[in-house]
Amino acid sequence: MTPQEIFDALKTAFGDAVIEGKLTGTIDPFIKIAPDKAREIGLFLRDDPRLQFNVLMCLSGMDYAGGKLGVVYHLHSMAHNHKIVLKTEVPSEGGHVSSVESVWKTANWHEREAYDLYGMTFDGHPDMRRILMPYDWQGHPLRKDYQVPEFYNGMKVPY
Amino acid sequence: MGILDQKFENGNIVITSMDNLLNWARLSSLWGMQFGLACCAIEMMATGASHYDLDRFGTFFRGTPRQSDVMIVAGTVTLKMASRIKVLYDQMSEPRYVISMGSCSNCGGPYWEHGYHVLKGVDRIIPVDVYVPGCPPRPEALMEGLLKLQEKIRGESLAKKKSA
Repeated sequence: MTPQEIFDALKTAFGDAVIEGKLTGTIDPFIKIAPDKAREIGLFLRDDPRLQFNVLMCLSGMDYAGGKLGVVYHLHSMAHNHKIVLKTEVPSEGGHVSSVESVWKTANWHEREAYDLYGMTFDGHPDMRRILMPYDWQGHPLRKDYQVPEFYNGMKVPY
Repeated sequence: MGILDQKFENGNIVITSMDNLLNWARLSSLWGMQFGLACCAIEMMATGASHYDLDRFGTFFRGTPRQSDVMIVAGTVTLKMASRIKVLYDQMSEPRYVISMGSCSNCGGPYWEHGYHVLKGVDRIIPVDVYVPGCPPRPEALMEGLLKLQEKIRGESLAKKKSA
């Protein structure tokens, strides 16, 4: 299916939760969705027989400057060999995205990484804790306004 | 090699001082605790393998700190790993030595400027005896580091306080 057909199928199924799509002029055509509907949209994309996106290639966090974070999903279908990108946007403070861990199990660690490094919470994730930084680290390092702490547990961090 | 192999003319009796004997014994069989953290671990494995052999120096890698004399910290020391390194170093029994291998454990390496997660040098948490520079150091460089540690041990004395 072409990206336009995928977008139309999503728009008919979900209406307002599908915000917009940029399907031409980019290397990866992407569709912007509402963050709290990510799980339902994921289930639909995985189970619908025309779409069958059974592989979540990558789930990444993003920091758009100006107080907004985002999540980017790269999906691939092995049966139909088509790809699509989904993007969401949440505010920096108290941003909640619904977790797609129940849809694609690989999202378990990807969402833990996005939470660890950016700070958005994923509702419905069974094991929401840090994965790369130490478990008692304060702050989320990959945000644009992150300040490196002076000391961590008695060790000096900067050079 | 060493001080003993030329001395066996008088009916297999060797007279030496306690210092020399102890130091020779310690430096000839430095059991290393394998602590490969990152890319330097590959070079450490290469040094221990057959082409650049470490076994001819009496060194072979033990998995546990309780049975090792020297800890070769090979690789990037993250802050998450640093507390574990301190625990393991405290579990080693004296006399214990530390070789810091590679620039990441010497001084933070390529992550010195922007590494928010890297401890800039393992000597911030444990005392290091020998620093081996390189990214990664060649196996010959690690062997030179080991030989330098052996020279350091050769100069120790029971009368002087050992390094902590």
